[in-house]
Amino acid sequence: MSGLTRHTAAELADALAAGETTSVEITRAHLDRIAEVDGTAASGGVHAFLHVDAEGALAQARAADERRAAGSPASALDGVPIAVKDVLATEGLPTTCGSRILEGWIPPYDATVVARLRRAGLPILGKTNMDEFAMGSSTEHSAYGPTRNPWDLDRIPGGSGGGSAAAVAAFEAPLAIGTDTGGSIRQPGAVTGTVGVKPTYGGVSRYGLVALANSLDQAGPVTRTVLDSALLHEVIGGHDPLDSTSIDQPLPPLVDAARRGATGDLTGVRVGVVRELGGEGYQPGVLSRFQESVDLMVKAGAEVVEVSCPHFVHALAAYYLILPAEASSNLAKFDAMRYGRRVLPDGADNPSAEQVMRASRDAGFGDEVKRRIILGTYALSSGYYDAYYGQAQKVRTLISRDFAAAFEKADVLVSPTAPTTAFKLGEKLDDPIAMYLNDLATIPANLAGVPGISVPSGLADEDGLPAGVQVLAPALADDRLYRVGAALEAALVDKWGGPLLDRAPALATNGAVR
Amino acid sequence: MPDITRDEVAHLADLARIDLSEAELDHLAPQLSVILESVASIRGVAGDDVPPTSHALPLTNVFRDDVVRPGLTAEQALYGAPAQEQQRFAVPRILGDEQ
Repeated sequence: MSGLTRHTAAELADALAAGETTSVEITRAHLDRIAEVDGTAASGGVHAFLHVDAEGALAQARAADERRAAGSPASALDGVPIAVKDVLATEGLPTTCGSRILEGWIPPYDATVVARLRRAGLPILGKTNMDEFAMGSSTEHSAYGPTRNPWDLDRIPGGSGGGSAAAVAAFEAPLAIGTDTGGSIRQPGAVTGTVGVKPTYGGVSRYGLVALANSLDQAGPVTRTVLDSALLHEVIGGHDPLDSTSIDQPLPPLVDAARRGATGDLTGVRVGVVRELGGEGYQPGVLSRFQESVDLMVKAGAEVVEVSCPHFVHALAAYYLILPAEASSNLAKFDAMRYGRRVLPDGADNPSAEQVMRASRDAGFGDEVKRRIILGTYALSSGYYDAYYGQAQKVRTLISRDFAAAFEKADVLVSPTAPTTAFKLGEKLDDPIAMYLNDLATIPANLAGVPGISVPSGLADEDGLPAGVQVLAPALADDRLYRVGAALEAALVDKWGGPLLDRAPALATNGAVR
Repeated sequence: MPDITRDEVAHLADLARIDLSEAELDHLAPQLSVILESVASIRGVAGDDVPPTSHALPLTNVFRDDVVRPGLTAEQALYGAPAQEQQRFAVPRILGDEQ
């Protein structure tokens, strides 16, 4: 089997099952690819990874091969390597959340998602780059330098999970894990031409996920195909007693749904086009690719209805009050006392714990993190609480009601995933509002806890860059995402004559220095 | 129109235990004003009849049997400590000069 990095995870799993290749070969091929194209932020490489664990990954691959040889693979994906966003705790492997305050921190335990990956036999290639503490839409807020979009190295890969999306798009990993608080799996998926899934809130454990905003955060798959996401989702999903918000119900059959969808039949499926997600502020090329996707769903037998979710226009504002409020509270634990970076204040003789805390937090946090901590502190302060935070929580109720009404008329809702294709690095860095607008279409799902998938919808005419179509389903109906997503993917791949990522420009190899 | 002054940012930074430099204060105050202005549209959207949602799912308490089980060893717990002494976290003095 040649070109191991070009295969999907499902293909690799089949090849492993058929004895055509080994996990060591597959893992080594991806480690080689990382060495060839990843480079560093400074060298101009993709810089999808913050830490690569070649030795650990190969040891896990050897163990996977031994299990196969003994006829007892641990799961369907046993031996297929994966990359993990650096916001999930990995025992023995650095976890920094893209922040200087956690530089060099090595957790003494695994996040449940990571433990499940290990149990299922997926070798962990390394940890992927991200916006600091998952705050951002471009991965430019990483303290370790930005990740670059494999489609155009001068552009952003989306955020905050730009590293995970870029690793998959650049063929450095067949699979990756991301986390999605306001769109951080789906939006990077859209701008890199990959598939990203935000499962139902509570459907995948958050134990060991360094919290940004507990009521919104959700880990999920980043892959090149819808089927691969379903396979990975079944590995990481399901109830976890270590997470009190984890849903104590079995997952619906996701892989079956994806396989069923791949036959291309959407007869009887009611698809709702959300009127409020697709007008002003959306790039024309993104909108025309979206319309094309809707037409293909109709061709596949779906019935399309327009639905209105009138409170979605307030989602962004509610999100940018709730998120900083929860973040300011969550990040209080970074106090330089028990772990993390400790910085002594200048000129203070025998400084107090509080002085050390202040100096450490100033030195350890980047601009965006400070901005959101201050904003959250403001939103929660007395006198403003009712006007801002309290109102935001009420708007959340209205958005959930909008979803409930829309799901009476439609089985799934669709929209473009992100309003634009990837913008240039640096372009929006000094304009937080422009940056926040990127999450316009993805945020309502996080506020209401419903699941969503982004499927590549093609290339925008004006710039030739990938766009994505988002499919949303009611809570716990994640299987609908996979059925509709796979049907759409099948129709689109047919139309393009192959996977979209085959059209991405080849990356310079060896050192990735331009 | 909501406006946030430089002094207010300094006060909030104080509450959040972050020493911001003069330059950061100059930079942050106008940015936060712009952000607050854009989120201010939320005021008045929902009336008193709308209950707030703190969480997308109904939450219930989760219990487990009170059984002793192994936790982290002292060594593991202290591994990431910036400073340690005699199997304990070593921290700067907690009390101020006046205490």
